[in-house]
Amino acid sequence: MNLFRNNADFKLDVLREVGNIGAGNAATALSTLLNKPVDMAVPTVNLLPFEEIAKRVGGSEAVVIAIFLRVEGDAPGNMFFIINREPARRILQGLLGFNAAENDEYSELELSALNEIGNILAGSYLSSLADFTGLRMSPTVPSLAVDMAGAILSYGLLQFGTMGDDALLIDTTFLEGQQEAEGHFFLIPDPESFEKLFRALGVPF
Amino acid sequence: MTEGTLIKVGMADLNIAEGGAVLKTTGLGSCVGLTLFDPDLRIGGMAHIMLPSSDIAREGQLNIAKYADTAVPELVNRLRSRGAAIHRLIAKMAGGAQMFAFMGGADTMRIGPRNVEATKLELERFSIRLVSEDTGGNYGRTVELYSHTGIFLIRSVQHGVKEI
Repeated sequence: MNLFRNNADFKLDVLREVGNIGAGNAATALSTLLNKPVDMAVPTVNLLPFEEIAKRVGGSEAVVIAIFLRVEGDAPGNMFFIINREPARRILQGLLGFNAAENDEYSELELSALNEIGNILAGSYLSSLADFTGLRMSPTVPSLAVDMAGAILSYGLLQFGTMGDDALLIDTTFLEGQQEAEGHFFLIPDPESFEKLFRALGVPF
Repeated sequence: MTEGTLIKVGMADLNIAEGGAVLKTTGLGSCVGLTLFDPDLRIGGMAHIMLPSSDIAREGQLNIAKYADTAVPELVNRLRSRGAAIHRLIAKMAGGAQMFAFMGGADTMRIGPRNVEATKLELERFSIRLVSEDTGGNYGRTVELYSHTGIFLIRSVQHGVKEI
């Protein structure tokens, strides 16, 4: 798929910075929420075959907790905040103060809390991106699912689906101290949004 | 039943199996896992359909396994080329879920039900009998077709294993 006419490497760098700014703000928000340090890894930006995308979070059948929202406005796209069950448990414990989800069942309160966390993080990701680019970007109401990663993520690939079998993924991993990955932020802009993003940032398209 | 070779069908992919091999596709959400089976020849095929119609395709090299209106004819052709007869084929399918609740009317978000409708339309066009289905809902599915028996297994996180 020929997503960029020229300067592909430089454009990927620009998108990496987009991920850095957005997820950096989201990490700060999460850190404030949990009252402890939250780090993030340098974002990775790749054009990936559909099959590879679910592998980032443990494979197509791995059960994950995902908050999905659609980005609306000048540069539409799909956004996911994805956490595995163990870190979700720790977050709930830190936030609600009780031992959440001993088995794999989540209560309404726990799901609602996770949804709200996703909402806050996505909001801070997008508002910093909107400030940085001067583009209008607003999130829809978030929706939560606890299910197979492949089933969930395929929703974010539909816009790319009509163009080919790859999608451009801006992936940022959250880390809690020295612990392994706490969660992932996936931003998958619609194919049409790249031109707008680059123009807004003064990158010749 | 002897343990058959596992043939993985990826997203927007299709394949056929015989001689006891098992076709498997994982993590169906809004996508549809369609299988066709010829009980006399004990040969089966599976497609992981992602979108309803190739009319919306903007890709240079069309992936015919991706769209209901192109994947079904291709699967039928592949089976026929191995000796299967259309009038013997029976179809089973699963998937077409609506994973997220809020989405309102936006057309892309009704993609699951639309995939199911488009796949059924194609089956009707070929007069292929749909004997059972497990579609809709709001959960993901992994499916397997046993080419020796035509048994179709559906696994999901919330509902365990189901055979249709």
